Amino acid sequence: MKRREFITIPAASLGGLLLFTLDRKPLRAQTRDGSVRVPLKFFTEAEARIVTAAAERILPGDESGPGATEAGVIIYIDRQLAGPYGRDKNRYTKGPFVESVPEHGYQGRATPREIYREGLRGLGDFPALAPALQNEKLRAIEKTPFFALLRTHTIEGFLCDPMHGGNAGLIGWQLVGYPGPLMSYRDEIDKNPGLPWRRKPVSLSQVLGRPVKGWEEE
Amino acid sequence: MKQLKPVDVVIAGGGWTGLLMAKEIATRTSLTVAVLERGPARKMADYAAGMDELDYNVRLRLMQNITEETVTHRHSVRGDAVPVRQYGSFQPGTGVGGAGEHWGGVSYRYEPDHFTLATHLREKHGAARLPENLAVQDWGVTYDELESDYWRAEQLIGVGGKAGNLRGKIVEGGNIFEAPRSHEYPNPPHKSNYLMTAFHKGAIDLGYHPYPVPAATLTRTYRNPDGVTRAGCVYCGFCNRYGCMIGAKAQPSNTLLPVLASRKNFELRPGCWVRRVIHRGGKAEGVSYTDAAGEEFLQPASIVVLSSWTLNNARLLLLSGAGERYDPATGKGTLGKNLTHQVCAGLQMFFDKPLNSFMGAGGMGEAIGDFEGEGKLDAGMLRGGGFRTQSSGDGPIASFGRIPPGEAKANWGAEWKKSSLRWYDRMGSVMFEGDHLAYRHNYMDLDPTYTDKFGDPLLRMTLDWTDHERLQERFAMRIQMGLAKAMGARPGGMLRGVGKRYSVTYYQSSHVQGGVIMGASPETSVVNPWLQHWRVPNLWVLGGSTFPQSGWGNPTLSALALTCRAADALINRYLKRPGGLA
Repeated sequence: MKRREFITIPAASLGGLLLFTLDRKPLRAQTRDGSVRVPLKFFTEAEARIVTAAAERILPGDESGPGATEAGVIIYIDRQLAGPYGRDKNRYTKGPFVESVPEHGYQGRATPREIYREGLRGLGDFPALAPALQNEKLRAIEKTPFFALLRTHTIEGFLCDPMHGGNAGLIGWQLVGYPGPLMSYRDEIDKNPGLPWRRKPVSLSQVLGRPVKGWEEE
Repeated sequence: MKQLKPVDVVIAGGGWTGLLMAKEIATRTSLTVAVLERGPARKMADYAAGMDELDYNVRLRLMQNITEETVTHRHSVRGDAVPVRQYGSFQPGTGVGGAGEHWGGVSYRYEPDHFTLATHLREKHGAARLPENLAVQDWGVTYDELESDYWRAEQLIGVGGKAGNLRGKIVEGGNIFEAPRSHEYPNPPHKSNYLMTAFHKGAIDLGYHPYPVPAATLTRTYRNPDGVTRAGCVYCGFCNRYGCMIGAKAQPSNTLLPVLASRKNFELRPGCWVRRVIHRGGKAEGVSYTDAAGEEFLQPASIVVLSSWTLNNARLLLLSGAGERYDPATGKGTLGKNLTHQVCAGLQMFFDKPLNSFMGAGGMGEAIGDFEGEGKLDAGMLRGGGFRTQSSGDGPIASFGRIPPGEAKANWGAEWKKSSLRWYDRMGSVMFEGDHLAYRHNYMDLDPTYTDKFGDPLLRMTLDWTDHERLQERFAMRIQMGLAKAMGARPGGMLRGVGKRYSVTYYQSSHVQGGVIMGASPETSVVNPWLQHWRVPNLWVLGGSTFPQSGWGNPTLSALALTCRAADALINRYLKRPGGLA
């Protein structure tokens, strides 16, 4: 059996830790120095460090608010790739595989897992680089299917329901002002014209008062 | 193959049209009805836990499993097709209720000249001035003949709206361009939010005629003629691509199954994938199917009804050899012809103020009728379309990163993130939905290379846009720019759109039509005006596959109305005297 790999995330950089660990207790163990060791389901630790650093360049934590690392985007991506999506269960994968025109989209054989593995190899010792050099390196691969996936998954991991491992402590929803899957706006729908209707966000399992599983866990 | 006990009626496909036909037959006759649905059972209680943008709006959990079956596409008869490997330009649903579970509830009627389009265009423009390869046809049914069925369908699902033409009397505030309707809508329209109010005002300033979009997301508690009561919408925003957690959006599971559940002559079998229609000497004998465990069955029946999604109805008939295959080179044959999609193009509009766009409902919106079907169009345009703005509920994943063009150099990084936050919840859109005319070169047949999970050939679409659709798109963009400015919004990028060539990579609409078209003659259509197969009279085909061409509006209400009509013909006429009705 494959040795279990972990990624250690400093608690200070992980948003809303309390909510998150309540939600995801079995997956996370808090160490004495306050950092969190998260078991990885797909990536090796070295790969997870590259993905974390690259996602942070796509959605950086800065003066405009928290970024990909704080939202736990790496946990989201790891779990998606470990699940059916990563194994290409959302795609028609019978051959023959032939090149076609751009209007037919991605026609390749490689699964999301394989695209990541290959793409990460190309990034080398990415985490060791300074942010400006990291940006340069990402600009060079901007047009690749790997980067397209990484960018999409970073946004998803930042703003998905926390059941999927990202949006730790609902930090992404807090930042954009999304209240979560509330059950009714019957009294609000025609009110507040041009004014923001904002609430402290809640996750789907908080709304329902019971745990909810993502598709990747079924 | 295991042979089952015969039933009177077997229905392949448990979506809107199949279950509606089942309801009509099972409640009005004593015939036994079995509905075979390849996907899983669905129920309202599951939908609250489905209020998850990632699994449902991104991973498309209510759609057909694309690893098991897809379609192939090519732009012309020259060249090979490749598979649509991931969902893009349309999204077929699966499971009990079919696409009727995840639809948006927009419930338009088609206008009268749409049903006689071939005649109408010929009379208006002269045959010589129409594109040479135009293949539009008359439906074999007129709006007047269908009006009472439209009204039945509207009552069944509880459409909310405002009539603009009541028995010929024009009513301000409704769609004054619509055809006469015999009744006001069963329910009032949705309330109006900031975006809709801005659209309404902007449209009036420009001299257009706005009206509220008719929607089957209930605007109040409603009891339909079958005695089914559903709750009014609460605007949770989980509507398109989701099932409704309170049953406010009309879905087969909350509108038809409550009636069918108590019927002893009705049986629903989920997980059953119909593979062939068995027929001999002009008579259907039943269907063969594979169940979820992989076991094969033969279900004999006196009447066979096909009601799976558009593309699969055509595929089933092609696989079963029921009908003469269309040949685009000669124009001969009818099965597979007149594949149409829809001409959809939108414009992003950015506002200074937040829209609270996470609130909303499918079909909640404002539209203008000034260019629907026809109106003041550009030179060379035969048909126009509808324009509307909609608040159907936007999740944060879909919303983030929508920024006006030129706001950031890249679509990632610090500058992009800052701009994405600045413009978050500030984007609305005005969508154009136009008639897609039928052409000789757009059709369906079986792919010679690619197969489904059983090894059966996939359906092959040969489809591309023509200059007419590009004219429609250019026209749409100009009207949309005007509307955006009149609303005080900053125009942004284009959404959906026709482009140079048909693309399967981005969503356009799930309104795909044709392949098993209806018409007045067996020389030009597969089914007659009562949706009965011309050559196999105990075989009936329902839904969008029977439309000779796409209209500008969403097709569901028309599919329901035509099913009501087909059910009446089957029950009142065919059962008394089995045989061809036409």
